[in-house]
Amino acid sequence: MFVEEHPAKRLLTEGGIPVPRGELAGSPDKAAQIAERLQAPVAIKAQVPAGRRGKAGGVRFADRPAEAREATAQILGARLGGFVVEHVLVEERVSIARELYAAVTNDAARACPLLLFASEGGMDIEEIHAKFPDRIVMVPLDVRRGLEAPQAHTLLQRTLLPPPAQEAIGDLLVKLYRLYRKLDAELLEINPLALTAAGGLVALDCKLVIDDSAVRRQTQIPVARLQGTSLEMRARAEGLLYVELEGNVAILANGAGLTMSTMDAVTFYGGRPANFMEIGGDAYKKGEVALSIVLGKPGVKSLLVNLCGAFARTDVMAQGIVRGWQQLKPQIPVAFSIHGTGEEEAIRLVREQLGIEPYEEMDDAVRAAIDMARPA
Amino acid sequence: MPADNAVRVLVQGITGREGSFWTERMKQYGTPIVAGVTPGKGGRAVHGVPVYDSVEAAWNGHAPDTSVLFVPPPAVKQAALDAIGCGLRRLVMLAEHVPVHDVMEVLAEARERGVEVIGPNCPGIVVPGRYSVGIMPAWARNMFQPGTVGVVSRSGSLGALVCLDMVRAGFGESAFIGIGGDPIVGTTFRDALQQFEADPGTQAVVMLGEVGGTMEEDAAAFIPEMSKPVVAFIAGTSAPEGKRMGHAGAIVAGTRGSARSKIDALRAEGAHVADVPSQVSVLLSRLLGE
Repeated sequence: MFVEEHPAKRLLTEGGIPVPRGELAGSPDKAAQIAERLQAPVAIKAQVPAGRRGKAGGVRFADRPAEAREATAQILGARLGGFVVEHVLVEERVSIARELYAAVTNDAARACPLLLFASEGGMDIEEIHAKFPDRIVMVPLDVRRGLEAPQAHTLLQRTLLPPPAQEAIGDLLVKLYRLYRKLDAELLEINPLALTAAGGLVALDCKLVIDDSAVRRQTQIPVARLQGTSLEMRARAEGLLYVELEGNVAILANGAGLTMSTMDAVTFYGGRPANFMEIGGDAYKKGEVALSIVLGKPGVKSLLVNLCGAFARTDVMAQGIVRGWQQLKPQIPVAFSIHGTGEEEAIRLVREQLGIEPYEEMDDAVRAAIDMARPA
Repeated sequence: MPADNAVRVLVQGITGREGSFWTERMKQYGTPIVAGVTPGKGGRAVHGVPVYDSVEAAWNGHAPDTSVLFVPPPAVKQAALDAIGCGLRRLVMLAEHVPVHDVMEVLAEARERGVEVIGPNCPGIVVPGRYSVGIMPAWARNMFQPGTVGVVSRSGSLGALVCLDMVRAGFGESAFIGIGGDPIVGTTFRDALQQFEADPGTQAVVMLGEVGGTMEEDAAAFIPEMSKPVVAFIAGTSAPEGKRMGHAGAIVAGTRGSARSKIDALRAEGAHVADVPSQVSVLLSRLLGE
């Protein structure tokens, strides 16, 4: 879950990491008032749960309240990373002596936290890595031991930054790591981290992504706005995972791996999948709503139902789909492929209740669904 | 290799609905289940398996070596650490939605003690004709037959489809290992390839990967060191960037984690990569001449 900049910075502050003074504004007038109150040049930053806002025009600068009002009017309502901008963060501009980079993230290959620090900042870590490979500190950490100040200070020695700065940065990295752990973060990144002329450190931007599996125990974090088409939003509200695609062959399958493979097979045999829709797990009871969602996409010409039961039973999944089909009575051709646990009962249901004979081979069902989607 | 051990299985969370249901299935298949644990419910029996309050109590009486965890996600970390602390050698963590930081803690402890952890978010292991630890339908004879092909898969459903196809084509499995769909898992593709390479009962390996992460690329680097052929299929060629495809780990970010990158890496190292799942058996027939 992506956490927007403003709540992320509030969490940084609570963790002892300084951020610029600033407030949220939902209107140009409010932005002007905040700029007035701050008595300083400000940055106006679009608040959406997505990265790369600067490159997309979501960050402006203003010296006076009137300019803040104007910049905010331009940003509000714009679409950034798939989200409409409803608020901007109006923040005091900090005088920067040097831009740095600091982050802690999950290292999937090593299965441990990874500490990243660079004595250059303000660009993507990939770009820093390409341009200044020798200015990056990249250290896998033992999640059971964490990061303590002496280790952080030792790691920073090779950056050749002035010792007082190293001292301050080391302390900040310890706080950053503790926050990463406390928040169940996948990524907690400060970029740029400003070293001010006075020698202080200020987090100018913050990117925070929380592990979706841990959101339930991270109750202090505001739930992010979600992005998606109206069908995707409806599916999510029903507890179904649906991803809308460009094509015209609608897909119902069970399990992430089988559903992706079904999309791939449609593409491989020359068709175009209309969606990803997984009805495994508990979702098997939602056959009817799943059907109405995949068939609700305009331009869908055929339906491919591909079930393979392992621990999920195909007879139970088929029951839901058959019931949904009988209630919705869709006027669209459908091809079934049913294998694995419960297949005999599932095939019998489809044959007897819908008068449709499932294909013996998945690939034949895929090819049939593609043929049926072609214009007559 | 799983098949080499005389397993003694512990079921953590045995009194729950799923734990009890699958204990019966695993036992019927012939899996030696020696004990179960549910805190507060010690003293009873589930399908003839004695239940204890703690892993330690179960360990003292039965010395299990493998534990399968039917506990809910928030309880997985402590249950796993208990099992590792008591000296179990292998853990199968089935649950989906275990916080990733918890998984990292478990894996750090397991690594230090040389304990194998499979999962989380996985369907478990089947050694056809011998035992099943997890939630695959081992009893389905059209899916699992004793044989010489090692199968390793991130996904249970795709694994089931390919195993059905393989058995129909006349093959059987030396073992099926479901490693799980999370971004961070214990046993990786590379670990599984190493186990199958070392296993005298395995002649070829089927590897079923999917988009997200770099586990398939990391495994590809081991293939040149293998004497056995590897047939692979990577799901998600048609997955759009930036969308999670069901599994928490199945997401393409930029070019990272794309199916193309995995397929290219595998082909470059000599793996035989199928375009669709049904080609896996065709490629196996060609390689093993059956």
